[in-house]
Amino acid sequence: MGATAHHEDNDFLFKYIFSTDHKMIAKQFFLTGSLMGLIGMIMSMIFRLQLGYPGESFAFLEPILGSWAPEGILAPDKYLALVTIHGTIMVFFLLTAGLSGTFSNLLIPLQIGARDMASGFMNMLSYWFFFLSSCIMIASLFVEGGPAAGGWTIYPPLSALPQAMPGSGMGMTLWITSMSLFIVSSLIGSLNYIVTVFNLRTKGMTMTRLPLTIWAFLITAVLGVLSFPVLFSAVLLLLFDRSFGTSFYLSDIYISGGALEVAGGSPILYEHLFWFLGHPEVYIILLPALGITSEVVATNSRKPIFGYRAMIGSILAIAFISFLVWGHHMFVTGMNPFLGAVFTFTTLLVAIPSAVKVFNYLTTLWKGNIRFTPAMLFAIGLVSTFITGGLTGIILGDSALDINVHDTYFVVGHFHIVMGLSGTFGMISGIYHWFPKMFGRMLDKNLGYIHFWATIVSAYGVFFPMHFLGLAGVPRRYYANTEFPMFNEMYDINELITVFAMIAGFAQLFFIFNIFYSMFKGPKAPQNPWESTTLEWTTPVKHLHGNWPGDLPEVHRWAYDYSKPGMEEDFIPQTTPLREGEEESH
Amino acid sequence: MTDLLILLGVVLGIIAISKVVSVLDMVATAKGENSYMPNARENRFQARLMPGFLIAYFGFIVWQLVAWGDRMLPVSASEHGEIVDELMNITWIVITPVFVFTHILLFYFAWKYAYDKNRKAAYISHDNKLEILWTAIPATVLLILVLYGLSVWNEITTPLTAEDDKIEIELYARQFDWTARYPGEDGKFGKANVRLIEGVNMLGLDSTDANASDDKYVKAEFYLPVNKDVQFYFRAQDVIHSAFMPHFRAQMNCVPGMTTLFKFKPIKTTAEMKEITGDPDFEYYLLCNKICGAAHYNMKMEIKVVSEEDYNKWLSEQKEFLAVEVNEPAEVEATPQTDSTQTKVGESTQLSMLN
Repeated sequence: MGATAHHEDNDFLFKYIFSTDHKMIAKQFFLTGSLMGLIGMIMSMIFRLQLGYPGESFAFLEPILGSWAPEGILAPDKYLALVTIHGTIMVFFLLTAGLSGTFSNLLIPLQIGARDMASGFMNMLSYWFFFLSSCIMIASLFVEGGPAAGGWTIYPPLSALPQAMPGSGMGMTLWITSMSLFIVSSLIGSLNYIVTVFNLRTKGMTMTRLPLTIWAFLITAVLGVLSFPVLFSAVLLLLFDRSFGTSFYLSDIYISGGALEVAGGSPILYEHLFWFLGHPEVYIILLPALGITSEVVATNSRKPIFGYRAMIGSILAIAFISFLVWGHHMFVTGMNPFLGAVFTFTTLLVAIPSAVKVFNYLTTLWKGNIRFTPAMLFAIGLVSTFITGGLTGIILGDSALDINVHDTYFVVGHFHIVMGLSGTFGMISGIYHWFPKMFGRMLDKNLGYIHFWATIVSAYGVFFPMHFLGLAGVPRRYYANTEFPMFNEMYDINELITVFAMIAGFAQLFFIFNIFYSMFKGPKAPQNPWESTTLEWTTPVKHLHGNWPGDLPEVHRWAYDYSKPGMEEDFIPQTTPLREGEEESH
Repeated sequence: MTDLLILLGVVLGIIAISKVVSVLDMVATAKGENSYMPNARENRFQARLMPGFLIAYFGFIVWQLVAWGDRMLPVSASEHGEIVDELMNITWIVITPVFVFTHILLFYFAWKYAYDKNRKAAYISHDNKLEILWTAIPATVLLILVLYGLSVWNEITTPLTAEDDKIEIELYARQFDWTARYPGEDGKFGKANVRLIEGVNMLGLDSTDANASDDKYVKAEFYLPVNKDVQFYFRAQDVIHSAFMPHFRAQMNCVPGMTTLFKFKPIKTTAEMKEITGDPDFEYYLLCNKICGAAHYNMKMEIKVVSEEDYNKWLSEQKEFLAVEVNEPAEVEATPQTDSTQTKVGESTQLSMLN
């Protein structure tokens, strides 16, 4: 275990770079993931300029983008490249590795009462594979032909044939390489999380005393372990098709003036493999965000989370069902209509546990005593985005309705709200909440308020109008809507979205500034700033290898004893033994 | 110079914010509060913003409905589209109240239960009856929606039979245009193979197949007769495309190596739709809706829905494949990209035909 195998703590290289301490690795994931997220966001601002003002020249783009934007106008294939890498970065690098990597690493050992992860070394490897993967993904922006540009789902044959588009050459090879390393990182990390939760819980920490964050991280890790290998096999076969002349995904293709010697494969096979990961991936993003929300909402409502067991049940149900719904991404691929019917049924099932979660959050707020910390605001924001985006999922999951909104801006609006916003709101909420645990200092509250209100207003300003575009039939991944009179009419909606996107982007400066300012100059954090019950707040503020100076704490109660009647304080730490005659409730 | 000024502005701005932050921090400390925990005034203020935001959010949605409501797709131009639209409307009727109700609860609770140091939150850990209730209600509502949705899905996907009076069309996609093929007099599509693609034979029709000789294919626009079932077959030459005809509530992917199907019955002619929309320039479009390369955004075909009479007249004016192949070899349609590595199979077939 970590504590026994520690290096000299004052050795810079091992303390900050090749650290095996989960708290340091969490910070590494946080900084790398956030940096990637920032790059992804800037990309979206650039392509939003093109969508809002198609064909208009922005002189400042040329020095930044060079040949990607001749005369300040983004080139069509580079627009697709930006969309693709934006999607890849946001889904995988920010909201998978950035979110799980930061909070699973930080909180699993601290909240279950362990000295470190089961394997500190594997944990370090997980980060470095992720780092390498990030570097390769960024490097792919600079190769000839540009990065992968076939959409973040990289469907073959577009992604398999270098002749099909410039990005399908070297850029795609690097995408596959980067994602393979990413999958390795994710698998090592997830296995570590699972083993740690099952084996290293401290005395008294039964599974039903775990905070919901840990349940969420655990099930997320299980999802990752079961689904990422399938993506790996998908990209491996793609690599074979690209490099070794196989035809897993290719058949009857004529391109660049010649027929290819490929036969018998099917691109639909790739889609099945991809979405077998792709759909659980949505919950790999959502569950940690929801777990964080549960914790933040309970703590700041000074009230137990409502329906603790129902929350665990719904996490398990969502995770299970998420493996049975991938076909809803493929209603219009020519799949057997009967399969379409099955996937419609399973897809709408997901709405039930999701509704349970929403109602439980609402009831947790009900009769609470709410402290509006920035973390709490983002958690409330998440509940709102989860409802808004979740409900439009009922339309998309219905095969008959999906036909006409499939691959339109309706989808873009839907998943950005339910997955993108909920995921980022959960992550940001977590950062406001656990920043003192990570950096020993407090984030500034007032900047947090500005950040929250500017973000939620502009985020809805960006994504809500997209539903209208989608209902008008506007397809996603169009470089410009100028070629169709009926879409060109929508220019003012697109302009509005772009304006909000710029505001949303600049609003994040408050957050970035806050992080760097507070990291060095923020007020020093007390041990338990939010008056919380969970174990991480019993560790010293100054990070210590092994987390607790003496013995590991012993747990006597569940994680949500807030405002328990008959108690003076409105929170009882999990380490406080039950008083005589006191009953433990969950 | 302006760059320098902007840079200076940013630097000064950051310094100013830092100073404000540290001053506020000091003020809080001087008051004996900690600067990170919201005080009574701040809790009240944030609580008031909650219903404020709710009103703004709902107002924004209503404004969008009013401002853009009439810019959505016009009434369905296909028969099945009408039941799809009905299903869509009913789904909206179900989910809108849920959206409104949960949002009101969320922001009302947030406002109502703002922090008060003299109050203690209620200690309620769970309530089985409530939880069963809000599991059962969504389950029932969703079950009804699913059954309704599947009945519509069933209607859309039930294939046409041989007895049905219908026309058949193949839509063929490649980077970056569409071709529509009609089977001709014999009502049968000729065989096609990518290895036979050459010159004007852009679909790779097999000239040795008798069924192919009277096939007709057109670009840029194609015609459909009104009030008659249309069976579509979709194929693709190079990458995945998607045939999206939003006015007809129709979409199907075009996948290299396989043929996909969709059918619908147009019920409004282009002329009728011009009247309905009040737009004399209105046209139906077939567009590509699966990312297929740089010019994806400009891959389209116009669809003209006309009376059966006009349709037959138009179709009879189109040239048959054999006529195109034999009489106009000089009028070679440029393939998107030329390359010297064309297959020999196609060439020899063509030569044998000319002899």
